[in-house]
Amino acid sequence: MSALMQEMNAKALRLGIPLSVQLDLTYRCNERCVHCYLDHDDHGEMTTPEIRSLLDQLAEAGVFFLTMSGGEILLRKDFFDILEYARALLFCVKLKTNAILIRERQADRIRSLGVDSIQISIYSHRPEIHDAITKVPGSLRRSVDAIRFLRAQGLKVIIANVLMLQNIHDYPGVKALAADLGVEFTIDPTITPRMDGDRSILSLNINQASLRQVFRDEALVGNVEEFCAPPKQADEDDLDVLPCSAGHSACYVSPYGDVYPCVQFPLPSGNVRRAPFLDIWRHSDQLNEVRSITARDLPSCSQCVHLAGCSRCPGLAYMEGNMRGPSSQDCEKSFARTGIASKNLLSRKPPVEALIHIQAARETVQELPASSRIQAQ
Amino acid sequence: MNNHRYVARSSEIAARRLGNEMMIMSGRDSTLFSLNEVATIIWEAADGLTALDEIVERRICQEFDVELAEALRDADALADALAEHGIFLISDKPLQYSPSGKEQK
Repeated sequence: MSALMQEMNAKALRLGIPLSVQLDLTYRCNERCVHCYLDHDDHGEMTTPEIRSLLDQLAEAGVFFLTMSGGEILLRKDFFDILEYARALLFCVKLKTNAILIRERQADRIRSLGVDSIQISIYSHRPEIHDAITKVPGSLRRSVDAIRFLRAQGLKVIIANVLMLQNIHDYPGVKALAADLGVEFTIDPTITPRMDGDRSILSLNINQASLRQVFRDEALVGNVEEFCAPPKQADEDDLDVLPCSAGHSACYVSPYGDVYPCVQFPLPSGNVRRAPFLDIWRHSDQLNEVRSITARDLPSCSQCVHLAGCSRCPGLAYMEGNMRGPSSQDCEKSFARTGIASKNLLSRKPPVEALIHIQAARETVQELPASSRIQAQ
Repeated sequence: MNNHRYVARSSEIAARRLGNEMMIMSGRDSTLFSLNEVATIIWEAADGLTALDEIVERRICQEFDVELAEALRDADALADALAEHGIFLISDKPLQYSPSGKEQK
């Protein structure tokens, strides 16, 4: 992040301005990804006039970055009307899409409306893997075609590669594909729980060994020694740090008008169908509670060796049952990076891997000569 | 040189007021700018129909303690810098601002 951007973020925080908002236009989707956290039925999406009104309110509130996501945004028949309206209000618009509905005509329209960037999910460079994850035959080919159409328009495209058990070995191939297409590449090694609280899809998360491998790939993390360095000692300043921008200078609005601190932090904080956005942003008890929390207020994390360098997500902690608690998935990441267990991990029962280690030791003892066994006893 | 230069805001940008500053991102190259209070006044007055020297004289020199010549030099530099990134459109004739960002002379 540039120094100017940091300065703008700090100013937004000081002034209480929601600099970034993610607006999901729909939860409907034309893919059925195995790891998706959404319910794809339409439970009453905001209408075009409702969304226009919301966009007016967001502009008035000072929102600069507007991410339109879903579901699949292009399933809304009024998508381009909404996009055109948003751009007329001078938002910096970013799109998240699977892109399978983007052909030359749509790419041309997106360029003409001045979209900042388009993030497209690609799970593998191999159709048999990508299409098995999306459950849509031919989806990789269509998404890659769309990337070419968008690039031909000179648009900035980012391939987002979510890692899971099914595709853990394919990220170098996806990275090479991104380079070949002339687009940016980013990976996300975290599968999050469903918004309804169902945690079953967490079983798709990659294991510790794979996470360790990913975090030691120089092509992904740059300086491995630096990235995986032991945690630095936290000081008083670290205890006053805010967990993240969720609810502070950013928030999320669902297709039904529900406002949450973040897409990954499903704490209901108000609904724009019942109250103006700015009233919710400024006066919601839930958002104000989120804003009141600093690292000092986290009973376990404030005592943890990883405090100063942890990527703790308060939303994942909330979904685990306590917004002031640890986010175990981030504990796993800190452990994978540094080899040092967090306070949260240490407080748990020994993991399965450690049990296997003990059993192996016993087998070794049995191979020793009888005299040694007697000594050992 | 600064007489009869007309400046208009391009619509191929992202922009928002942040306190007393203006945050602007170029749609051409994603460069981010922050305009201070005075530059923001020029930005907001840049309707393509009012000459830059008139904006400076009426909006800047009457409100701030600055010499006209100095303010005009700074305003010209600002206009040129922003035009380089496609944020301002500059012409020696009045420009008709349009939402599509295409100037109509």
